[in-house]
Amino acid sequence: MLKQTEGSKAVAEAVALCRPEVICAYPISPQTHIVEALGEMVKAGELQNCEFINVESEFAAMSVAIGSSAAGARSYTATASQGLLFMVEAVYNASGLGLPIVMTVANRAIGAPINIWNDHSDSISQRDSGWMQLFAETNQEAVDLHIQAFKLAEELSMPVMVCMDGFILTHAFERVDIPTQEQVDAFLPPYEPRQVLDPADPISIGAMVGPEAFMEVKYLAHAKQLQALELIPQYAAEFKEKFGRDSGGLVRSYRIEDAETIVVAMGSVLGTIKDVVDDLRAQGHKIGVLGIISFRPFPMEQAREALQHCKRFVVVEKHLAVGLGGVLTTTLRMAVAGLKLTGYTAIAGLGGRPIPKASLQDLFLKAEAESLEAITFVDLDWDVVNKQLEREKQNRHSGPIAENILHAKGMTTSAKFG
Amino acid sequence: MFQIRVHGRGGQGVVTATEMLSVAAFEEGRHAQAFPSFGSERTGAPVVAFCRIDDKELRVREPIMQPDALIIQDPTLLHQINVFAGLQQDGYVLLNTHQTFEALGLGDILQNHRAERFCTLPATELGLKHVGRPIPNVPLIAGFAALSGMFKLESVIKAINEKFSGKVAAGNIAAAQEAYELVKKEMEERIHA
Repeated sequence: MLKQTEGSKAVAEAVALCRPEVICAYPISPQTHIVEALGEMVKAGELQNCEFINVESEFAAMSVAIGSSAAGARSYTATASQGLLFMVEAVYNASGLGLPIVMTVANRAIGAPINIWNDHSDSISQRDSGWMQLFAETNQEAVDLHIQAFKLAEELSMPVMVCMDGFILTHAFERVDIPTQEQVDAFLPPYEPRQVLDPADPISIGAMVGPEAFMEVKYLAHAKQLQALELIPQYAAEFKEKFGRDSGGLVRSYRIEDAETIVVAMGSVLGTIKDVVDDLRAQGHKIGVLGIISFRPFPMEQAREALQHCKRFVVVEKHLAVGLGGVLTTTLRMAVAGLKLTGYTAIAGLGGRPIPKASLQDLFLKAEAESLEAITFVDLDWDVVNKQLEREKQNRHSGPIAENILHAKGMTTSAKFG
Repeated sequence: MFQIRVHGRGGQGVVTATEMLSVAAFEEGRHAQAFPSFGSERTGAPVVAFCRIDDKELRVREPIMQPDALIIQDPTLLHQINVFAGLQQDGYVLLNTHQTFEALGLGDILQNHRAERFCTLPATELGLKHVGRPIPNVPLIAGFAALSGMFKLESVIKAINEKFSGKVAAGNIAAAQEAYELVKKEMEERIHA
């Protein structure tokens, strides 16, 4: 049914349609509305045969999900930012044990400095954890990816993170088509575990594995992700057939035919980028967009195929690999190895900094003119940064950086429009 | 694309206002996107929220810097921040006050814009009268429907019924109806003045 609703509410409805049997909930912005809505559904009896467990921390949330998943229950949780970091040890255990948990990550920056706003630092920090990571561009896609995620996770017996931009998507009201229970049931079969803890038929899960077998177990996690490269497009096609919508898949390109410049990004910023690309196309610029939906597994071949005929690519990254630059750019350089392409990194939107169309247009035109530096920090206030660097040079006791920067800016967030 | 920015303070239902604006637009078959500025969520702190309306899918995610319309839920903000920043020349403004723009010292802004698109509404009083709480958001949405003609009062009522139920819904609907009539009347009087 077509609705005008909040992203979090829509995702909660989608998760409920997937008939989860255990939901572990611990509040953290901007994810909280999702588990709150699910809690209400369980309490009202709208979501039956589901145990809603309020846990005492994110570490417990993932630990409980591991236990319930190992016991054969379809298990779900959601988190963000510091919450994801707090559960990291258990995050690796979930994938290491091959448990098909689905978790929403409402993408948010990582402190310090403490910041509740959106960027991709949290889930990207878990890029090597063995979890698959799917990034939603819109709330509709967030809804659809959750339905596909349970199927993917359970087929491979590996966990999946569905990543959606915190606040920008989770708190946005927009048009979303919520599928029917019949549609979801026809797409997502009941969970058939590959391994299950059953007192009637006891096994152990979680053996200590020494040097003689550890690499094989780890390789199998990699092999699962390689299988996912086949399954993800297959499920997206099946999804389209049953639900009538293009959602998910590995990558999604937009106006890349004959494009000399291709912009690459993940998540909701793709919408703003597409609007800018339409404007530039109307002015005759040969520019297109490549959206990465599956960050893990990373679709090397598909990315290479999309980029092979362009002259240059610009990667808009909502994450900074401190001391390196951009994670996505580095990965894409691997994907296009041997092709003579110029790749630019644009770090944008950290900690919720708005990414305006005007800044993107300026960035893309400079890329087209090949006048960009290898790394651009979009809308960075160099004046304030240079002042701080100078202060540190002049004064050994230069004080706390965040406080100095805030003082130099002479502003609080609420004065943004003043 | 039509872009509305709502200014108010934490506790005045600013975010809810934009959500309901988006629902009213959706009820009329349009695409709409409502989102908060995600600032401080403390009671009394300045809050900004946004609503975009279009006939096609909305993809852009930037904040609204050049609004086609402003709804100002708290006149005390006028002394604190420049709520008019970026307002389009032909933009609409609906301000919650029982005073006039001139009395509030806003005559200059009227001169640089289309004065017939500026309107005031004692929305807090309407909230108190019909709902028993000083929350101005619903009367302002209904008043905005009358001021801009962006959507019908019925669509606002549908949005109210989606958000509230029982006595609260009934009170808000009464507040919306009175607000709609007040703004309509003020506009008609201006035409005849």
